[in-house]
Amino acid sequence: MIPAPAFLANPERFMAFSRWAAPLLGVIAIALAAAGLWLGFAAPDDYQQGATVRIMFIHVPAAILAMFVYVCLGVASLLALVFRHLLADAAAQAAAPLGAALTFLALVTGSLWGRPMWGAWWVWDARLTSVLVLFLFYIAYLALRASIDDEAKGARAAAILALVGLVNLPIVHFSVYWWNSLHQGSSMLTKGALPPVYAIPLYLMTLAYLAGFGALWLVRIRGELWRRRAEAAALRAARA
Amino acid sequence: MPDPNFGKYAAYIWPAYIITALVFAGLIVGSLRHARAWRRRAEALQRP
Repeated sequence: MIPAPAFLANPERFMAFSRWAAPLLGVIAIALAAAGLWLGFAAPDDYQQGATVRIMFIHVPAAILAMFVYVCLGVASLLALVFRHLLADAAAQAAAPLGAALTFLALVTGSLWGRPMWGAWWVWDARLTSVLVLFLFYIAYLALRASIDDEAKGARAAAILALVGLVNLPIVHFSVYWWNSLHQGSSMLTKGALPPVYAIPLYLMTLAYLAGFGALWLVRIRGELWRRRAEAAALRAARA
Repeated sequence: MPDPNFGKYAAYIWPAYIITALVFAGLIVGSLRHARAWRRRAEALQRP
C-alpha cells in the first residue's frame, strides 16, 4: 500500500484527490461550525466570566490552528528544502496566509476577551507576546517570498525562515507554565477542566476550524499549482 | 435554545464573532477566486 504523503506527492494525483476532498471538507466544516455555534450560544453564562465565555469558542480554535498551521508550514518547508518538491513548496506557500489570518484572529479575539476579563486590551505577557512573534514570522515569511524576484531563491530563503520560526512553537505552548502569566493554561488538554456544556461546542468548533483549514489549504494549493502551470505555459509560448 | 442577549458584554462578543466571520469570508472568497482565475488562465494557455 502506498502511504498517503507519497500518494499525494504526485501533482496529478493531488489534483484528482483535492478536487473532491476540498468541497467535502468544506461541507464538514460548515456542519461542525453550525452545531458548535448553536451549542455555544445555547450554553449558560460562566459563573466568573459571564457571557464572554462564548469568545472561547472562536478564540481557542483560532489559537490552536495558528500553531498547527505553522507546523504544516514548517514540515512543508523542510520537504521543499530537502527534496525540492514542487508540491511541498506550493503547500508551504498556500499555508502561510491561512496561518497569518488565524493568528490574527487569535490575537484580536483574545484582545476582545481580555479587555472585560483582565481590564486591558493587551499585556506584554509571555503567551500574548509569543503569539505576536508567531504572527510576525508568518508576515516575514510572506514578505520574504514576495520580495525576492527569483521565485526559487525566495522560496528557499522563506523555507529557512519558516524552519527557524518552529523554535517559537514550544515557547507559545509552554509560556503559561514557564513564566507567570495572566493567560490561563490549556483547558482542552486537562481532563475535567471544562464541563461538557462548554467542552462539546469547543471541540466541535476546533474540528470545524481544522476541516475549514483543510478545505482552504487544498483550494490554495490547487490555485498555486494552476499558477505555476500557467506561468510555465506562458514561458513556453514566449519562447516558441 | 441559543440566547443572543449578551448584556454588557455584547460590545466584546459580537465584534469578535463579526471579525471572525469577515476574515473567514475573505479567506474563502480570496482562495476560490485565486484558484479559479489561475485555472482559467492555465487552461487558456495550454489550449492548442
